[in-house]
Amino acid sequence: MHHRPALAHLAPWALPIALIVLWEVAARIGWLSSRILPEPWAVAKAFWTLTASGELFLHLRTSLWRAASGFAIGAGAGLLLGLLTGSVRRAETLLDTTLQMVRNIPALALIPLVILWFGIDESAKLFLLAVGVFFPVYLNTFHGIRSADQSLVEMAKSYGVTGWPLFRDVILPAALPSILVGVRFALGLVWVLLIVAETISAQSGIGYMTMNAREFLQTDVVLVGILLYALLGKAADVLARALERRCLRWNPAYR
Amino acid sequence: MHTNLIERDTLETAAARGTHGVALTLHKIRKSYGARRVLDGIDVALAPGEFVAIVGRSGCGKSTLLRAIASLEQLDSGAIKGNGDVRMMFQEARLLPWKSVEDNVRLGLTGDVTPARSALQAVGLAGRATDWPAALSGGQKQRVALARALVHQPPLLLLDEPLGALDALTRIEMQRLIESLWLARGFTAVLVTHDVQEAIALADRVLVIEQGRIALDVKVALPRPRRRDAAFAALETKLLDRLLAS
Repeated sequence: MHHRPALAHLAPWALPIALIVLWEVAARIGWLSSRILPEPWAVAKAFWTLTASGELFLHLRTSLWRAASGFAIGAGAGLLLGLLTGSVRRAETLLDTTLQMVRNIPALALIPLVILWFGIDESAKLFLLAVGVFFPVYLNTFHGIRSADQSLVEMAKSYGVTGWPLFRDVILPAALPSILVGVRFALGLVWVLLIVAETISAQSGIGYMTMNAREFLQTDVVLVGILLYALLGKAADVLARALERRCLRWNPAYR
Repeated sequence: MHTNLIERDTLETAAARGTHGVALTLHKIRKSYGARRVLDGIDVALAPGEFVAIVGRSGCGKSTLLRAIASLEQLDSGAIKGNGDVRMMFQEARLLPWKSVEDNVRLGLTGDVTPARSALQAVGLAGRATDWPAALSGGQKQRVALARALVHQPPLLLLDEPLGALDALTRIEMQRLIESLWLARGFTAVLVTHDVQEAIALADRVLVIEQGRIALDVKVALPRPRRRDAAFAALETKLLDRLLAS
């Protein structure tokens, strides 16, 4: 089926469009109070106003920067430690039990402590994001390294491949599918954590914009914030899939 | 160990081929897994350039013996004398799925791609150099594995039932390919197989292993390429009878 009719392409969007039309109609004839749920048209207008004033861009930039830095710190540390404990038995003995214990603490339960340690500035938010993102990446990296196909490792060793080339050409690529599962999960998680981090205490960011709008009963702006999170989450997922397709193109399952 | 007539003959033909195969001596090799003795004093000498097949029932220790020669198993006692430069073909092709066919052949090599290209040419897969292994059939994967082993010009090639999973026709093709490459290059070859016909078709000498010992050591003095004639059948019957009796 290379040439699907245009109608078939639109089919997945039929339900969302129908819902939006129904929602608009319900708001127009007065079934829905604008205090509970503003009409879609009002949300679109709020979106436009915020974009035109540059306010949206400012908040978006702050949130994106936080998400990217928190993710880079947490996922980077998770990757490095996962590679270490996965490859070196002694590192596993020393670190893994501790990490498994810490893993069971939800990142959000750390909020009171984080506020005590870092106050309410930027580092508190980054810490929270980094801790949350660390574990999915760490666990999947560790698992990926450990479950690397030993028959391939044996073959490579018998062909004289050892040390760094063995790691680079055999163990790491074997672990990559699992590592990318961790990365994808972490990319989804980073937005959840960001929402919470930005609603605690912030002077900018989408979370701040949403909480601020709630104070003034601007439900249309609240909805713009929620929709933005949905879009950013989707964008992160698309990015992760593209990364998988690029890195795992040898695997027929990812083509 | 004394050198009998046929062995000397093998040595001479090997020399005539311009061999670079090595001699291999196994001296009283023993290996146990827990209480189970897998190799129980294997004592054998292989001439340079000789093609030896090892047959036996499942679990007789033939694969362990091959892995011991490749230094993939630690021995309990005994010694293996060779020059240590050995390449192995496994039951499965064991190609790295994330490397192209050509890069798989180049594994463990540095420098340019010329040797890898000519090795692929030798196994008839020059046109598939840039493909992923996932795009190849089972027989093609084993041919890439053969190219990967041969690109190192090993003086000793070990084959651990590499054709076991292939269909009958592909198998015969691969046997002919292995035989022609062995004739052209003169390496010493050790083939582990459960297929008596395959052993007789390829080897100068067949060893039957039973409970970790060499039960039978037979020279195959048939002209190459081997035809399935009366002498072939007689030898096959002899070996099968020995295997079935064990």
